[in-house]
Amino acid sequence: MNMKVNIAGVEWKNPVTVASGTFGSGEEFSEFVDLNRLGAVTTKGVANIPWEGNPTPRVAETCSGMMNAVGLQNPGIDLFCKRDIPFLKKYDTRIIVNVCGKSTEDYCEVVERLADEDVDMLEINISCPNVKEGGIAFGQNPKAAEDITKAVKKYAKQPVIMKLSPNVTSIAEMAKAVEAGGADAVSLINTITGMKIDIHRKTFLLANKTGGVSGPAIHPIAVRMVYEAANAVKVPVIGMGGIATAEDAIEMILAGASAVSVGTANFYDPGVTMKIVDGIEEYMRRQGFETVSDMVGIVK
Amino acid sequence: MTNRKKENAVILFQEEIASGIFSLWLKAEAASQAKPGQFISMYTNDGSRLLPRPISICEINQAKGALRVVYRVTGPGTGTELFSRMKAGDVIPVIGPLGNGFPLECAEGRRVFLIGGGIGVPPILELAKQLNCGKKQIIVGYRDKETFLRDEFEENGELYISTEDGSVGTKGNVLDAIRENGLEADLIYACGPTPMLRALQAYAAENKIECYLSLEERMACGIGACLACVCRTKEKDHHSNVNNKRICKDGPVFLSTEVEL
Repeated sequence: MNMKVNIAGVEWKNPVTVASGTFGSGEEFSEFVDLNRLGAVTTKGVANIPWEGNPTPRVAETCSGMMNAVGLQNPGIDLFCKRDIPFLKKYDTRIIVNVCGKSTEDYCEVVERLADEDVDMLEINISCPNVKEGGIAFGQNPKAAEDITKAVKKYAKQPVIMKLSPNVTSIAEMAKAVEAGGADAVSLINTITGMKIDIHRKTFLLANKTGGVSGPAIHPIAVRMVYEAANAVKVPVIGMGGIATAEDAIEMILAGASAVSVGTANFYDPGVTMKIVDGIEEYMRRQGFETVSDMVGIVK
Repeated sequence: MTNRKKENAVILFQEEIASGIFSLWLKAEAASQAKPGQFISMYTNDGSRLLPRPISICEINQAKGALRVVYRVTGPGTGTELFSRMKAGDVIPVIGPLGNGFPLECAEGRRVFLIGGGIGVPPILELAKQLNCGKKQIIVGYRDKETFLRDEFEENGELYISTEDGSVGTKGNVLDAIRENGLEADLIYACGPTPMLRALQAYAAENKIECYLSLEERMACGIGACLACVCRTKEKDHHSNVNNKRICKDGPVFLSTEVEL
């Protein structure tokens, strides 16, 4: 039995990575988890220049989940290349750099800058609901999603994963659009736009008014969307959305995900990814699966 | 390397010390490393309430491996209400100690204000116990006559109290108490609501006093990764590369001159 997976030509030692924005660039978590045991580390989104993000409060707890509007605060690609990539290179894991931007040119600038860096894959965030420009604007219209995929593919030296938003009518249509644009893989789901109101102060709980809902509460929605996307495209699907246990991860894989990302659960159990890696292995042994790909999408 | 984890702290003792204010002693490995001004992330055992409640450390007993936290129940149906109903022997998952804590070295021989307001009062107690300084002046502000932790403060320094309703000590806030008693200091440590911290920041600037403020914000991870609990800084921060610092990791204690409140 082996845990290896091949995602768009890149071999991971197991199918578990982390969702962008929930793990920084791994440094803070390195005290809690052995980064060598992750299939890949997906970094927090990085833009061409530093972004300050949104005003606080940026997070709120919701029932079995949370809502955030951090607004993609990031140090910019220069410091990221100087500090974060060398940190991750010390570990035996794949590096997926999540890229964000406000315009097509911004995305392309970062992708071009990363072409000569020793990273394994790029994930293009066209689905952040918490920034005014860019982000989700590219992720809610199939034509715009296809176009930006084509644009970044011109500059990319590494395989490109397009990260999709659940805030659309048809996730299958969006997955097909980015596949047509040349995406090497798709990842989904980003957070679901929500709102929470403080009834005592009679105002929005988050300074940004709306935020992205994540956590176990959205897991069934994510499983459904992974299933729909996986049945619509040939490229691999990386499934995420509320995964907190190995069972949650296995559901995603059976629905069609070739790999999974753990997100919000990292916040309340920093060591959770290790339990998920172990739990998937244990399930495969018990069920007699030789490889992860034997499990992918077998529930039809 | 991987030397930290979420642990199951065991409740040794819990009591309500003022209306809605609970004192909780926990047996936890976190106690062995804890310093005044640090906090712990406390998690409910309810799967629908996932995020940590960051609670400042009120007292540390390293010999017994125990920590005391004093917290306010924020309302019916909240995570803190769940904690308040727990009994000795019950388990609370925690991560800690977290944050930087108050710098203690700079106090030696100096006249110091140790200031707490409202639910920012508790972390001042362990600071008062450990601080080695010249004149130790503790100024704590409460709403009314429920002046929790008062006896412990009296044992650890010169105590001055302010209450909003004037029922105990100076009527008004901690700055009113400082003025009424003609107090002076070369160094300030403070924890409390933002309006109080803002007033102290201005007071410290006016009087050119070194001043450390402990800040608070909603958190998700508590370990510096999620970037939820940031505060604005005057200078660009070297880690974030923008004018934001992480309260959970770079703080919660900041020099008053480096942050914008």
